[in-house]
Amino acid sequence: MHRFANPTRFLKLADAVLPWAAVTAAVTLGTGLVWGLGFAPPDYQQGDTVRIMFIHVPAAMMAMGVYVGMAIASATALIWRHMVADLIAKASAPVGAVFCFICLLTGSLWGKPMWGTWWVWDARLTSVLILFFIYLGYMALWQAFEDQAKAARAAAILALVGAVNIPIIKFSVEWWNTLHQPASLITMKGPTIHSSMLWPLLLMIIGFAAYYLTVLVYRVRAEIHLRRSRQIRLEAADRHAAMQAAE
Amino acid sequence: MIEFLHMGGYAPYIWTSYGIALLLMAGLLVQSVRQARAATRESEALKALRPRRRRQRQGSDDE
Repeated sequence: MHRFANPTRFLKLADAVLPWAAVTAAVTLGTGLVWGLGFAPPDYQQGDTVRIMFIHVPAAMMAMGVYVGMAIASATALIWRHMVADLIAKASAPVGAVFCFICLLTGSLWGKPMWGTWWVWDARLTSVLILFFIYLGYMALWQAFEDQAKAARAAAILALVGAVNIPIIKFSVEWWNTLHQPASLITMKGPTIHSSMLWPLLLMIIGFAAYYLTVLVYRVRAEIHLRRSRQIRLEAADRHAAMQAAE
Repeated sequence: MIEFLHMGGYAPYIWTSYGIALLLMAGLLVQSVRQARAATRESEALKALRPRRRRQRQGSDDE
């Protein structure tokens, strides 16, 4: 892992991963969309609204998955002073926030026709809304410090503290009464969805994950280059100051 | 085709869900690619401007 603490080496690895991730995302999302919208059957209870699941569930899983990745990267940055881990966490946040927003929005658009309401303040919905705010807070914290090392540290601590929310989201449907249905994909007994819906759903989940990886590569690359530029400007400013002092 | 677009009467909910998800994800992708290109160009331009003697330690110049 320390091999990839060198940004140049990390960028080489990222460049090798990028085409695979991008092609996987395009193929699985394309197939998943056609399958989910056109060929998967309507649900016997929910009719065609069940098609919202093909976006809602992958978005929800990735909103949580990206956060777990962010927390692990933050821990890695804090403990081992890994030079790229903090940038991976920083680059992940907007992607996780977008997934989380999509999850909330599609949930609302699914809730209205099926539950009769856009929103309820129950444990599942509220804890996902909190996740969204944690993403926003994390991004704001990075902007709040001039000193990037301090910003990275503060943001990493927030990411770790906020990780408590993840198991709360996962188990909220079991711990509290809620309108939200319980898990049907990741359960102790395995998936309880019929294969006609399970396959397109799995494709969409893989697609969302590959999309995340693709966007992540671009965003980390941007962060590495932005940091280099900042570094060069600081050096130039130092040189300038030294020259003025010498005169 | 009309039946497909109709989505069993739930068209507004379903198409809004798919539409906004597509828009947001495509937007984020485009913004990320643009930002990566701009940042790469900038850091390479700055690197080229750096005085020669400071470029001696090239190869390990990542912080």
